[in-house]
Amino acid sequence: MNGFFRTLMIVGALASGMAALTLPARALVEIDVNKGNIEPLPIALPDFVSTDGVGAEITAIVAADLKRSGLFAPIDKGAFIEKISNPDQAPRFEDWKVINAQALVTGRVSQEADGRLRAEFRLWDTFAGQQLIGEQFFANKANARRIAHIIADSIYERLTGEKGYFDTRVVFIDESGPKNQRKKRLAIMDQDGANVRYLSDGRSIALTPRFSPNRQEITYMSYESGQPQVYLLQIETGQRELVGNFPGMTFAPRFSPDGQKVIMSLLREDGNSNIFAMDLRSRTTTRLTDSSAIDTSPSYSPDGSKVVFTSDRGGRAQIYVMGADGSGQSRISFGDGVYSTPVWSPRGDLIAFTKQSGGQFQIGVMRTDGSGERILSTGFQQEGPTWAPNGRVLMFFREAAGSGGPRLHTIDLTGRNEQAIPTANFASDPAWSPLLE
Amino acid sequence: MRRIATRSFNHIALALVATLAVAGCASKEVPNSAADLGLGAATPGSSQDFTVNVGDRIFFDTDSSVIRADAQQTLAKQAQWLNQYGNYAITVEGHADERGTREYNLALGARRAAATRDFLVARGVAANRIRTISFGKEKPVAICDDISCWSQNRRAVTVLNGAGS
Repeated sequence: MNGFFRTLMIVGALASGMAALTLPARALVEIDVNKGNIEPLPIALPDFVSTDGVGAEITAIVAADLKRSGLFAPIDKGAFIEKISNPDQAPRFEDWKVINAQALVTGRVSQEADGRLRAEFRLWDTFAGQQLIGEQFFANKANARRIAHIIADSIYERLTGEKGYFDTRVVFIDESGPKNQRKKRLAIMDQDGANVRYLSDGRSIALTPRFSPNRQEITYMSYESGQPQVYLLQIETGQRELVGNFPGMTFAPRFSPDGQKVIMSLLREDGNSNIFAMDLRSRTTTRLTDSSAIDTSPSYSPDGSKVVFTSDRGGRAQIYVMGADGSGQSRISFGDGVYSTPVWSPRGDLIAFTKQSGGQFQIGVMRTDGSGERILSTGFQQEGPTWAPNGRVLMFFREAAGSGGPRLHTIDLTGRNEQAIPTANFASDPAWSPLLE
Repeated sequence: MRRIATRSFNHIALALVATLAVAGCASKEVPNSAADLGLGAATPGSSQDFTVNVGDRIFFDTDSSVIRADAQQTLAKQAQWLNQYGNYAITVEGHADERGTREYNLALGARRAAATRDFLVARGVAANRIRTISFGKEKPVAICDDISCWSQNRRAVTVLNGAGS
C-alpha cells in the first residue's frame, strides 16, 4: 500500500518559444488578502488543451479551488473570445482584457509514452502582457486531481503572496445511520471532498482524528477496547497502536508541532480531567495540569512553546494558555459565553474557538492574549474549527436544526466566504493536513 | 527565452487504506430471562426488575454533574437493590446532551458517571463492582432539537453487566 508522495525534481528547463522577458515580472495583478473586504479577482481559465477530457477536468478542479477561496472569480467560458489551441504561444491579451480577465491560465495535458500525464500551465497577467508562472508536471494518471490542486496552489501563491492550501487532505468522522445508533468511522478525503476513503470499519465509535505534521499518521480516540482511548494510526499501512497505558479514559489528542509528542486529556479517578503530554519515542508522560476541573482540548502553539486549552476551573468552560511545561496557566477568554475547542493558528497569530452564547454556537478567532475576539460564523449547532495550513481558512462542522446530522463547512478569516464541503454522509470532526509533499 | 520549470511525481498511486478490524463496543445489557419477557411482573432480582421497579437512569441539569434530589432518590433505590442482589457488576454510563462541544462533553459525561458511582459507593455498593464509562454526546436516546430531548440525554445509566460476574 503505497502512499501518495511526490519527488520534487527539476527535470530540465524547457524553452517556451515565446518572446523573452528580460525584466523580472512585477505583477500589476495581485490580491491583498489583508484587506477587510476583498473583491474577487476576475480570472479566465480556458480548458487546458488535451486530446481527451482530462484537460477540461483538471481545469475545472483548478477553477473550483480558486473560486471556493473567495479570492477569485472565474469568468464564464461563454464570454471567452480567443480559443486557446496552442498554449505555447502568447495569448491575444486584448481578447482577455476586453472581458476583464485580469489573470489568464492556459495549459495543456498530454500523455507520455510511459503512460504518465504531462501537465503544463502558464499564468498570465493580461493587462501587463506578462507571463507570471510557467510550470509543468509529470504524474501518474490517478493523480490528475492532485496536479490540479498543485496548479491552483501555485496560482494562489503567485497572486496573493501567501501559500495555498488546495493540495491538502482532511481526516474526519463519517457519520451514518440513525442518530441514536450512529456509526462513526474515521475517513480521509481531499480538502474539496473528493477521494473519500475509510480508515476504520465503524464497529466501534471513533472520534477527533488529528494529523501529524509528517502527514503520514493520525491520532484519534476510539471505543474499540471498550474504554475510550487515544490511538495512533499509520495512514498508509493501517498499523495502529495505543498511546500510553493509562488506567482511565484518554481523549482529545493532538500532536506537537514537531510530531514527537501527543498531548491529551486523561480522566482522573475523581471524574475530572487533566492534560498530559506523552513523548512518542521515550514513552515518558508529563502532567501539565492538575486541577479539580475539566481540562481538555489542548493545542500547541506552532513553535511548541505554549499550549492553549479548555478548562471549567473558573465555573464554566473558558480558554486558558500555559507554557508547554504547564507553567503560567492563565485565562484568556472573557467574553459573554462558554468557550471551548481552542486551536492555535499555524501562523501563530490567532486562536480559533467554539463559543456558546445566547443559545447559539459560534466559530470565532481571538489573538493569543484573548484580545480582538471576532465571531466568523453563528449557527444552531456548530463546533470544532481546524485551520488550513496557511492560517486563512477554518473548517468546522455544523448541524442545522432539524437537519439530522452534521456537515462540514469552511469560513475564511473575513467571515464573508462560507462554503459547504460535499460529503456523501454526515461528517464531523474535520482536521486539516499540512500541505502535501 | 522564457523558461518553464518542471516538477515530476513518482508513480505512486493514492493510498489505499487498510480496513481495520476492530472489536465492537459490546453491549452490556443482559438479555431478560424468559420469565421477564413482558409476561406480567418482573422477576425480583432480574434486570427488568431493576429497570422497571428501581429505575436505571438519573438526569442532570445543564453542564452539571450534581446529583439532583430526584436522582438521589433513584440512586438510593439502586443502591438498595444492588446491595440485595450482590452478584451483579455494573457499568455506569455518563452521557451529555448535544449542547456542548464533543471533547468537553466526553469529560462532562465522565464526571457524571463518577458522581453517580461515588453516590452508590457511599450507599454501600462495593467500588470494585462498578465500572464507569463516558459516551459524551455520542449516544443520545431522545432525538429532537429542543430542551425536551436534551434534558433526557443528560443522564447516567446504570447497566447491569450480568449475574455472577
